[in-house]
Amino acid sequence: MTDQSVPTLEDEDEVATRPGLEIRGLYKIFGPSPSRWIGAVKAGMTKTDLNRRHGHVLGLTDISLSIPPGRITVIMGLSGSGKSTLIRHINGLIAPTAGEILFDGTDVCRMSAAELRGFRRSRTAMVFQKFALLPHRTVLENTRYGLDIRGVPRAEAERAARRWIARVGLGGYENSYPSQLSGGMQQRVGLARALATDAEILLMDEAFSALDPLIRLDMQRILLELQEELHRTIVFITHDLDEALRLGDRIAILRDGRLEQVGTGQDIVLRPANDYIAAFVHEVNRARVIRLSAVATPLAETEEAPRLALPDRLVLEEAAREMLAAGAERALVVGPRRRPLGIVRIGDLLAGMVRPSGRPPTDQAPTGPRGKP
Amino acid sequence: MASACWGLPDAFCQFPAMDGKSLLLMRRTIDGTFRDIVRSWSGAIDAATAPLQIALNALERAFTSTPWIVVLALVLAIVWAGSRSWRIVAGTAVAMLAIGWFGLWRDTMVTLAMVSVCTAMAVVIGLPIGIAAARSDRMQRVINPVLDVMQTLPSFVYLIPVVVIFGIGKVPGMIAVVIYAVPPMIRLTNLGIRLVDAQVLEAAEAFGSSGRQKLWNVQLPLALPALMTGVNQTIMMALSMVVVASMVGVGGLGKNVLQAINNQFFTLGFLNGFALVAIAIIFDRTSQAFGQRLQQYRGAAHD
Ligand SMILES: Nc1ncnc2c1ncn2[C@@H]1O[C@H](COP(=O)(O)OP(=O)(O)OP(=O)(O)O)[C@@H](O)[C@H]1O
Ligand SMILES: [Mg+2]
Repeated sequence: MTDQSVPTLEDEDEVATRPGLEIRGLYKIFGPSPSRWIGAVKAGMTKTDLNRRHGHVLGLTDISLSIPPGRITVIMGLSGSGKSTLIRHINGLIAPTAGEILFDGTDVCRMSAAELRGFRRSRTAMVFQKFALLPHRTVLENTRYGLDIRGVPRAEAERAARRWIARVGLGGYENSYPSQLSGGMQQRVGLARALATDAEILLMDEAFSALDPLIRLDMQRILLELQEELHRTIVFITHDLDEALRLGDRIAILRDGRLEQVGTGQDIVLRPANDYIAAFVHEVNRARVIRLSAVATPLAETEEAPRLALPDRLVLEEAAREMLAAGAERALVVGPRRRPLGIVRIGDLLAGMVRPSGRPPTDQAPTGPRGKP
Repeated sequence: MASACWGLPDAFCQFPAMDGKSLLLMRRTIDGTFRDIVRSWSGAIDAATAPLQIALNALERAFTSTPWIVVLALVLAIVWAGSRSWRIVAGTAVAMLAIGWFGLWRDTMVTLAMVSVCTAMAVVIGLPIGIAAARSDRMQRVINPVLDVMQTLPSFVYLIPVVVIFGIGKVPGMIAVVIYAVPPMIRLTNLGIRLVDAQVLEAAEAFGSSGRQKLWNVQLPLALPALMTGVNQTIMMALSMVVVASMVGVGGLGKNVLQAINNQFFTLGFLNGFALVAIAIIFDRTSQAFGQRLQQYRGAAHD
């Protein structure tokens, strides 16, 4: 399923030239005088100590994360882990106590108020958990909002807004008010409003968390479909692992304001960095996360190559379906431009789907707590 | 004496007040200085209030010299435009006709002119102050105690400085009414803006709205119910203060009430009183219905 969101080859070249986001050594302390305690926090004072002794809240600790352009980066963590705090640093709604966020060579955290406004108008857009639409404006007027703010001529803004309303499947509701729409429809307006500005960075703070499960799946599908074509740099926040695995090209796991692990969904499921993450991914349906590339074995010299060829990005469940349909015992795993990478047997698929009993051996976890794959 | 003092020293029973002579001296000095200052500025004060006086007179003349049938039609049209309710329009028509029948038309027009001007001024002054108070906590800390004093000070008391500074007449009356009527506008503007959904405001911010864009696109529209309540209360305060202000020379229904009190004209007093109540109800219903109509989008709630 996640395959849909992976850009095709031609796009990849184009996407790679665009700037990504680089977060470096970010700290955030909430309270009356954060700068007073930043030294102590950097030296290792814990969140509890800071709160009990000095009455400050440690929001984020030493976050370093690169967010690649044109991809969906999911930030996942439980309630209070600092997800909203982190995403609000990216468009400067919250200023850090220390650290920097680089975009296209400039540090977002050091922008003046006017620069920040310009940055928000043209480079970023945001979708909110509780939709945050203007209740006194229609769907059309809400969708137009970012363009209005920027001073885009009325007719042009309206044309763009109508197009995006149609794209998110709300055609015909242009003149409705938010209160006349269901939650799912309101969030489509939220999405249209964010997309309409053509900003390359899309920040989504638990955008689908307030929706019913079925509507949520629907919205995830819409997002992936759009992303297949738009290749925006999306930062998506969720506390739901399934959602993270479905959407995320890369997943960063946050716990108590620290990054615990960063990697692809498969990395995190196959090689959890610690017990916390292992417990987190324990119940995951591995067949929908692990890709063929992880279970393929080299093709022996003497062996005859199987006729069925499957792309290495396919998840195990899809691969099993293809192989069953073709009645094949073995399949050739091919990479980009159909380059053969190895072969896979039905048995390999089964082994990959079954969760290994007990803890994974340590040599299977090469990614450190805050390491990058 | 000692028994009435529960055996306490005398100073604890009879308050050791300032003696009469020093108090008199103090009052004389303050009043004298104040009067001198006012006298030396009287030219400037007159110059400043002259345009107000002219505008007020012109408006009053417009209200009183226009044929009653035209005024009635206009009032009914405004009430309809505001409320879109035939019941309120019909009630207004009945009340206005009754007022005219009892010979109070002219006085009612004078009062109406005064209240309209005072309300408009109170809104024009109160709105920006309320916005300023909503934007900064420090501003709010300064403004709130001032408002508390303004609202608790008996309305007769601040007629005194107004009369000393501006003398007797329509303009001082208007100033007193505006001062009395402006606090609810300030308070409710402040409150309304502060209670605006923080998420919607954050969304506006995230899309790069400037302070002014946030104010016009989000804060004022979402605070509108509170603002309308503020306008409504301001009108009510102005109507009640217009009666008190008749003591400094404001004409109209209030003046009749004052006369009725002085001469024990029971019927005259009540007729004028009821005319004031009728105007108050017309203003109230119309402005409330208008406020509700402005927010129909909320009524259509889906869940
Ligand atoms: N303005 C603030 N002042 C003080 N503490 C704050 C502030 N904002 C956030 N915090 C604290 O920072 C921590 C992280 O909060 P944050 O809202 O980022 O969590 P979250 O991961 O988004 O949680 P949720 O899933 O509940 O939205 C929490 O402990 C919270 O109490
Ligand atoms: Mg949050």
